Amino acid sequence: MMTALSTLASSPAVQLAATTSRTSTGEAVQFWVLATIAVLGALGTVLMKKSVHSALSLAGTMIVLAVFYLAQGAYFLGIVQIVVYTGAIMMLFLFVVMLVGITAADSLKETLKGQRWMAAGCGIGFGILLIAGIGNASLDTFAGAGQANSGGNVQGLARLVFTNYVWAFEITGALLITAAVGAMVLTHRERTEERRTQRELSEARVRDGLQVTPLPPPGTYARHNAVDIPALLPDGSTSDLSVSSTLRDRGQIRDVSTDAMRRLAALDQSAAEWLGRKGLKAEDVTGAGEIATSASDRAEEGAK
Amino acid sequence: MNPANYLYLAALLFTIGAAGVLIRRNAIVVFMCVELMLNACNLAFVTFSRMHGNLDGQVIAFFTMVVAAAEVVVGLAIIVSIFRSRHSASVDDANLMKL
Repeated sequence: MMTALSTLASSPAVQLAATTSRTSTGEAVQFWVLATIAVLGALGTVLMKKSVHSALSLAGTMIVLAVFYLAQGAYFLGIVQIVVYTGAIMMLFLFVVMLVGITAADSLKETLKGQRWMAAGCGIGFGILLIAGIGNASLDTFAGAGQANSGGNVQGLARLVFTNYVWAFEITGALLITAAVGAMVLTHRERTEERRTQRELSEARVRDGLQVTPLPPPGTYARHNAVDIPALLPDGSTSDLSVSSTLRDRGQIRDVSTDAMRRLAALDQSAAEWLGRKGLKAEDVTGAGEIATSASDRAEEGAK
Repeated sequence: MNPANYLYLAALLFTIGAAGVLIRRNAIVVFMCVELMLNACNLAFVTFSRMHGNLDGQVIAFFTMVVAAAEVVVGLAIIVSIFRSRHSASVDDANLMKL
């Protein structure tokens, strides 16, 4: 495998591509297509309202950058980019978004007046300066990666890391251990009070007298048992306690208590039409109209 | 194609990331924008490494990745602990240097 890679790296085609001062047409096409995606992903990271969407846009940009590394002969970095960035770091971000993000909406209150517009102006000015600086720099040297990769990309990197950069490499090990310990120290919580036993909890429930029995489960007697469908009480009304408070706050509760009656009324109506009893009123046939009106009334009440 | 186009792309991504750090209030999104800036720098390092024909740029980009991983771990731990005590991930609410 290694010999195959190194023969590939030292093959004449790679050397040829490395010695020309401009890249191939294929790479140009790849660049223009993927650069567009990368910029769109970066803009999505900044502009998306929900942090999950921002994280996914950023993951797309990082994968595009990994392809760019591979195209530029940095094979090891391309793979590490996918494994470390999109694999580990972005998943860590998604974990924290899951822990924090649901209630963490961006505040629209401006602490500093006009800060957003000033920040956007600063960003545009900075970008113009940076790009103009690159445009004025003399970038006429182009050696290509072929010569540097002639002994294999991973072997060349390993030689550098363990000779010229061995001190930085060892410091990196210390940094990683410090970061791991730091994260554990920061997120660790000491329990300052004793854990309440089941007996104490039940005594507190009876003392408060708000809800002594367990909460009703969702969907009881309500034709469905999904979590967003409230249980029906004996008088036919719905019990808000049976649905999770998050769904209640978002207004995502589905009331299906009138669905069966409405479906029956619709069935009767269509049967009457199919039998050609158009002269008769719907109420005269089966009383379907009555049921339909009462069902729709109840639905409206439920909506209110 | 001139390989300097990779540098222009890196500059553009860095600018977008910097603007995002200034504009957004959600600490997690601010952090993602910092990651974007680090990635843009890595792209510039790799491009320079290819232009000059040696691997030093790639080694530096590799070290940047390691430092970014360590930074993300500690930063997200700080965000989680601030969220626990202040029930908000907005950078405006963390205006006191204590929990």
